[in-house]
Amino acid sequence: MKLFDLFRRRSSSTQDIAAERLRLVLTHDRANIAPGMLEVLKDEIIAVISKHLDIDADKVVVNFTEDNRETRLMADIPVHTARSRRAEGKV
Amino acid sequence: MPGKIITVSSGKGGVGKTTTTANLSIALAMLGYRVTCIDADIGLRNLDVMLGLESHVYYDIINYVEGHCRLRQAMIRDTRYPELSLLPAAQTRGKEALKVEDMVRVAHEAAEMAQFVIIDSPAGIEHGFRYATAPADLVLVVTNPEVTALRDADRVIGLLEADGYAPAQLILNRYNPELVRKNGMLSAETVVDLLAVDLIGIVPEDSKVLAASNQGQPVALDDRSAAGRAFRDIARRLSGEDVPIEALQERKFLRKLFGSRRKELA
Repeated sequence: MKLFDLFRRRSSSTQDIAAERLRLVLTHDRANIAPGMLEVLKDEIIAVISKHLDIDADKVVVNFTEDNRETRLMADIPVHTARSRRAEGKV
Repeated sequence: MPGKIITVSSGKGGVGKTTTTANLSIALAMLGYRVTCIDADIGLRNLDVMLGLESHVYYDIINYVEGHCRLRQAMIRDTRYPELSLLPAAQTRGKEALKVEDMVRVAHEAAEMAQFVIIDSPAGIEHGFRYATAPADLVLVVTNPEVTALRDADRVIGLLEADGYAPAQLILNRYNPELVRKNGMLSAETVVDLLAVDLIGIVPEDSKVLAASNQGQPVALDDRSAAGRAFRDIARRLSGEDVPIEALQERKFLRKLFGSRRKELA
């Protein structure tokens, strides 16, 4: 997998890299949050949700989406259920 | 009816604000419009040099604001197109010498005498940017197809939106279609998509721009220059004409012929 990633990174053009880097800085600039703060925010969200729900903290994804200058914070938080626990063999 | 006040801004320095101001001003004058361009970069006067009028400077905008001369006395008539005049910046003063209200008043007075008033904003987003954009009916944000310049352009657009100031339109300067085809430069389509702003023109990279500034003869005067043509096209769009953007048309045409090889952004 790592080898594959390395290959992919090499093959992507500087045009694609520029577009992705620009997309990221614009998102953070527009939302007025430093990229490092997003990680802190993510940890705090996990802590709050964990009080009430059994969640899979390792698989939480928190990031911004952009649609025509409208920014949204999206949090994808997998919740452990009886079924998911059985599937992971944790019952 | 007073003329339209257009401010040329960018955030980042060195992307071609003064070049754009000089060329759009002369291109509008070539179309027969009465144009006054104002150099708002107090302390770093350059629009006079770009237009080849540096030896004609006598009074400047600060002299006028402080009551040492009349507006007409401070304005320099262009040597090629009498429709064009320049109000030069002061060279030995700082930005603080000009208050926002002063700039608004000067711009409106200039607009009484001209059909277009083009203001060359200083770089940055501080006081100079504030006074330069305050009187504008339209702000042209000049940028280059580089992450740094585009980030700053987005910041400027955001500030203009937040203040409820004039609408902003983008000029993509120093565009290299060949490099875009080789996937080594951001395409105009990607830039417009990410910045979510109206594009009013694409100015191709052109060695004639430097030759023109070397001589104080803006490239818009050169019939054979691609950049000059792009500036003349933007001037026509500003005057209300519907002129297709050349660099985008080429890409549409090529895509029709060969199909798109460009990876769409996620």
